[in-house]
Amino acid sequence: MTDAPENNFTATPLIRKRLRQETMAKWIFFGMAAAMVVPLLLIIGYLAVRAAPSLSLEFILDVPRRGMTAGGIWPALVGTIYLVFLSLAVSAPIGILAAIYLNEYARDNWFNRVINLAVLNLAGVPSIVHALFGLGAFVYAARFGYSIISAALTLAIMTLPVIIASTREALASVPPSFREACWNVGATRWQAIRAVVLPNAISGILTGVILQVSRAAGETAPIMFTGAVFFKAVERGDLFPYYLDEQCMALSMHLYTLSTQVPGVMESIPYATAIVLLGSVLLVNAMAISLRVYLRTRKKW
Amino acid sequence: MNAPSSHSITTRDLSLWYGTFQALKNVTLNIQHGLITSLIGPSGCGKTTLLRCFNRVNERYGYVTTKGEIRLLGKNIYDANVSLQALRRSVGMVFQRPNPLPISVYENVVFGLRIHSERRALPRRVLDDAVEKALTEVGLWHDLKDHLDRKATTLQLEQQQKLCIARLLPLKPRIILMDEPCSALDVEATRAIEELIFALKGHYTIVIVTHNMAQARRASDECIFMLLGEVMEHRRTEELFLTPANSRTSDYIEGRYG
Repeated sequence: MTDAPENNFTATPLIRKRLRQETMAKWIFFGMAAAMVVPLLLIIGYLAVRAAPSLSLEFILDVPRRGMTAGGIWPALVGTIYLVFLSLAVSAPIGILAAIYLNEYARDNWFNRVINLAVLNLAGVPSIVHALFGLGAFVYAARFGYSIISAALTLAIMTLPVIIASTREALASVPPSFREACWNVGATRWQAIRAVVLPNAISGILTGVILQVSRAAGETAPIMFTGAVFFKAVERGDLFPYYLDEQCMALSMHLYTLSTQVPGVMESIPYATAIVLLGSVLLVNAMAISLRVYLRTRKKW
Repeated sequence: MNAPSSHSITTRDLSLWYGTFQALKNVTLNIQHGLITSLIGPSGCGKTTLLRCFNRVNERYGYVTTKGEIRLLGKNIYDANVSLQALRRSVGMVFQRPNPLPISVYENVVFGLRIHSERRALPRRVLDDAVEKALTEVGLWHDLKDHLDRKATTLQLEQQQKLCIARLLPLKPRIILMDEPCSALDVEATRAIEELIFALKGHYTIVIVTHNMAQARRASDECIFMLLGEVMEHRRTEELFLTPANSRTSDYIEGRYG
């Protein structure tokens, strides 16, 4: 039997045992959570140390020299920026509008279930498959050739389902009672969305979109098949070195090339390239977080 | 130890702040052993806060500060050697919305026993007995004895709330706190729960927060009227309703504000 309840509410031996287990459990969970931080710090620390000899503003602004074994990464950095902005310029509007339809208008019928299923499955397609699709659809069928446009569109298709999912989540977090309040004064759905839903969901939507920047910037396979090249001669510091129907260099691709394809590269250059890639992604993420915090403080409910 | 005379719960100069807002002001009370005491008062007067002090649920929130003394069965519950687990085992709580766990009726009733005992100390027979006894005590045994494996969340609300009370009983609590236990229920179910509360009287000290003055009048022996964090009046229920000593009490029970 259980021990009889006592009036003085002091811990019985059993309770003390349970509390010891509790403490143990808490520390194990804490340890696992803290362990998350370790790889990140190790990666950044390791990269920074190895990259140190090359890291400078000059490295970012200069073009690769002596058959890519020295010099900087300017063309690759600009190429990545081109690709990321162009792909998000395509996928963000489509994704956001589609998510609004799915979350605010769509009834639960077979057609919308098919759309949902398509979105989910598209999100699960490996990037190399996207790459093959991009090659077939944009490079050959649409006759864009190996070009920035083909690469950006491939990246757009890759990021689209995640943007739809995160936007839907942001929209769903706006309480339904707000919508009902609008409808009950005779507002149409679109009026309600514009007046109440979007202003309150915008921080979540933007965060979801911005977080896709890091994915678009980091993927190598889709652009390798569709529009990225090993090397392209570019003027030092030129802001608009590429036409959209040309191929371009990109950071992720450049990193791959330097590490595996080019002999005699100065040892610190690949690491410095990785640092620039990681740094720009972290910078964008930090912007996303501060934007979110700023928009949150204006939201009072 | 040595519970003084006939009081289960006594507080001395109990004050509580949520941040800078003072929710309880120098509350001094003696709640009788074995009776049903109701806490009434307008919204925001501190009834629920006071109730939640008695099993120290409030302090989970970091911004709550408490001053003063609370004695349960003669023991100061803020003493350093008080274990929250042991305290809450002896002080049960019933909530506004029935909150049975999403497991079988049987497992709901023995949940507390399992929490507070080693596995080998609980042979099947002990558990079966505990379930039959607890469900009989709340009047569910007849209806549910053949459905003990039903998921508790599929019961009717009234049965759910009774089950939530039954869940406390195997631990042999001394005090049962109820926070508006009927406000999610319809008239019939409310009557059933009130009858149950009456049947439990004597074995347990019951403190019940209610918005419903008729319920306080029907279902309690003593009544405490609170206003803006202070205790205005604490007397036998019929006296409080028939001859309130405080003019604010009479205004409230006549419905001039609330």
